[in-house]
Amino acid sequence: MADVSGSVRVYGLIAGMWIRSTLVYRTSFALALLVNFLVTALDFVVIWMMFSQATSLGGYSFAQTAFLYGTASVSFGITTFVLGSVDDLGMRVRDGTLDAFLVRPAPVLVQVAADRFGLRRIGRLLQGVLVLGWSLARLDVDWTPAKLLLMPVMLLSGAAIFGAVYVAGAAFQFWAQDAAEAQSAFTFGGVTLLQYPPTVFARDFVIGVTFVVPLAFVNWLPALYVLGRPYPLGLPWWLAFAPPLVAAGSCALAGLAWRAGVRSYRSTGS
Amino acid sequence: MGTSGASGTLRLYAAVVAGGFRRYATYRSATAAGVFTNTVFGFIVAYTYMALWDERPGLGGYDEAQALTYVWIGQALAQALSMFNAGFAVDMVARIRNGDIAVDLYRPVDLQLWWLASDLGRAGFQLFSRGVVPLTVGALCFPLALPGDPVVWLEFLVAVALAVVVSFAIRYVLALAAFWLIDGTGVLQFGGVVGMFFTGLLLPLNAMPGALGDLARVLPWAALLQMPADILLGARSGADGLLRAYAFQAGWAVVLLAAGRLLQSSATRKVVLQGG
Amino acid sequence: MTQDFTENFIDVEGVEKVFDVRRRAGLLRRERHQVRAVDSLTFSVPRGEMVGYIGPNGAGKSTTIKMLTGILTPSAGRLRVAGIEPSRERTRLARRIGVVFGQRTTLWWDLPLIDSYRLMHRMYRIPDARYRENLDRCVELLELGGLLETPVRQLSLGQRMRGDIAAALLHDPEVLYLDEPTIGLDIVSKAKVRGFLRDLNAERGTTVLLTTHDLTDIEQLCRRVMVIDHGRPMYDGELSGLHAFGDGERTLVVDLERELPPVQVESARVVKVEGPRQWLAFPAAQSAAPLVARIAAAYPLVDLSVREPDIEAVIARMYARAPSPERPGEAGAPVGR
Repeated sequence: MADVSGSVRVYGLIAGMWIRSTLVYRTSFALALLVNFLVTALDFVVIWMMFSQATSLGGYSFAQTAFLYGTASVSFGITTFVLGSVDDLGMRVRDGTLDAFLVRPAPVLVQVAADRFGLRRIGRLLQGVLVLGWSLARLDVDWTPAKLLLMPVMLLSGAAIFGAVYVAGAAFQFWAQDAAEAQSAFTFGGVTLLQYPPTVFARDFVIGVTFVVPLAFVNWLPALYVLGRPYPLGLPWWLAFAPPLVAAGSCALAGLAWRAGVRSYRSTGS
Repeated sequence: MGTSGASGTLRLYAAVVAGGFRRYATYRSATAAGVFTNTVFGFIVAYTYMALWDERPGLGGYDEAQALTYVWIGQALAQALSMFNAGFAVDMVARIRNGDIAVDLYRPVDLQLWWLASDLGRAGFQLFSRGVVPLTVGALCFPLALPGDPVVWLEFLVAVALAVVVSFAIRYVLALAAFWLIDGTGVLQFGGVVGMFFTGLLLPLNAMPGALGDLARVLPWAALLQMPADILLGARSGADGLLRAYAFQAGWAVVLLAAGRLLQSSATRKVVLQGG
Repeated sequence: MTQDFTENFIDVEGVEKVFDVRRRAGLLRRERHQVRAVDSLTFSVPRGEMVGYIGPNGAGKSTTIKMLTGILTPSAGRLRVAGIEPSRERTRLARRIGVVFGQRTTLWWDLPLIDSYRLMHRMYRIPDARYRENLDRCVELLELGGLLETPVRQLSLGQRMRGDIAAALLHDPEVLYLDEPTIGLDIVSKAKVRGFLRDLNAERGTTVLLTTHDLTDIEQLCRRVMVIDHGRPMYDGELSGLHAFGDGERTLVVDLERELPPVQVESARVVKVEGPRQWLAFPAAQSAAPLVARIAAAYPLVDLSVREPDIEAVIARMYARAPSPERPGEAGAPVGR
């Protein structure tokens, strides 16, 4: 892990090139930023409309749901901002442009992560921050030091868990290059899921996103701790502080999947 | 199109339809991946609807079973109606950007009909390959209100066909905007985002409140999902309701296709003036 | 063994690459079968040599280069570049090699050319002085001076290729792999690229391995040429030796005193008659002297000349002879373009 700083440096170099490339087309950039903001803003409008028809959803108020929405969106926003087009890996594999990454003196994952880096993706993150801020202003949270500490830990661990899902999904594309869309079920599907209270979903579904793909640790468990609401499945309270561990575990597994994917690419040439 | 050689022309466009169908039929793992994703989204949205209809039974004139059916119809039709990606329009904008469109405009086939035929072929493939599985899974896992009468299914399929034409016509107009705007791709994305909202994929237009709901119900996107769903759910039963739904869809189809034609001829003039 | 490393910069021993290929057979069925893209390949390249690597599409050229750069892992055999096993230490090797991917540019499409070089400078951590010196040299010799501030998308194919070559050389690689460096270029650009590569090899001692379809590249640049087909090495040696390869036939052109029926002579056959002039084909490996003596003894000979076969024809014959059930460019080519 001595080359972490080297990796960050290379990431910055490549991302910088992409920023300059996109700024060549300024109006496109402005429109793309707007689209990114809007696409997420509109799914919050849907939640707003739901609450204009009902006072609560699964026993959660609008502000509480907005808190879940905000925390999930901020984590996911960080992930998509940093890992931009990792989910397009299949395309690079198919057209052979991945080869150029393999002859550079930098980790392939870092190069793929920075590939087609887009500042416009900050639109999604921004929208999440706004909703989170709004919900915090509306909520009457009984703040304790533990809860205050948990906020940044939750957002960053959540981003790391989503990141692991992204990387594992990308690794899968080394074998199935056209299957990029399956990944959306876990990424975009995942963030949509976490924007609603867990009480809305069937028990089996919640078990799946807690123990199989550990999305529940992105925001549900820590956020419910902050809100002071009971956990799903009768889980113990201290699991609210597990996200960093879950994130580390997920990232390790995703890293193994990625290695296996690269190894398969290098032995099949795809 | 002249009347002479009409059968030859018909054969040509039939071949284009078949080509569109086959082209998408080759992406097997992409199709499987898409079916999986649509199904997962179906589950997520279905649970949120159950929570909402728990609170507000009868919202938008639907009972809970109807609302759930709406969810799964939406997931089943999402690809056929190109709700997540603009499909052919992306290729078309690229051709406008690099100038290849000039060649298309001078070809002896009608540009709009050509793309329409190809898009119908694609939609035909995606309706069955990507529609059947999510709807079946939905029916197995949730209490859906699907009709047993085959006539209703037939009426539904007519509405879906009209919806595909409207969906095409919207994207055709958006794609042609690339002749005048630098950022054609951005326009498509913008149209896609706005379209997904006003199609009612996330919340039925019936259930949208106030003036926003009133507006959403008359925009062309209402012809895409709301109309076919209403027909299948029996919310527009009777010859009168059925005809009104068809008329709404056909009306928007005609208006938008005409608008596309108008833009196309003015684009052709522009290309001619610039010397291609 | 260790001596090999010091003597030979590239060492390839019995290397194989087998791909699993799935092909659609019928509507739903898929057949799996194995394709041997490279088969028992053995060669070595001493430091500073310039080698032409030729063969038809799908012969295994790209696969070989991908194994040499570490992009692909060999299925069997032993492979070393600068003493390093490429697939094991790909990233470490990356600093010591330069790769030009032919028609696929690695330059930044929308940005001025110089920006791509600045990225190389920093990514490879090239010392400033070294970078400046290498850049100046490439700019001068590849005539990139006026193009540094031009966005890459506005460059012509030839300019872009020169730009790509420069990008691959800024970090002083010990070996340069070029995949079709002159394809699609006009004559002037081709000449510039060839001249540059010749100088690079002569002055810096950079080892160069290039694949090409253009035999003029080989004739002008490489003393040594390797031919591969269906994954198997067909020839490795001096360019001149290629003429004598296998079925290669030379042509003896004889001018007789008058029009005569085709010459009847052992070990040669008449392929063309035009008035008193006749063309006789004879095995390239065979000396022309006894043949000439025999003809001179039996016919009224006025003049004669021996024509070397053209290389393309020789290689075409080599391909035609290759004992393989599958045609090149079909299933034999799961990688490459």
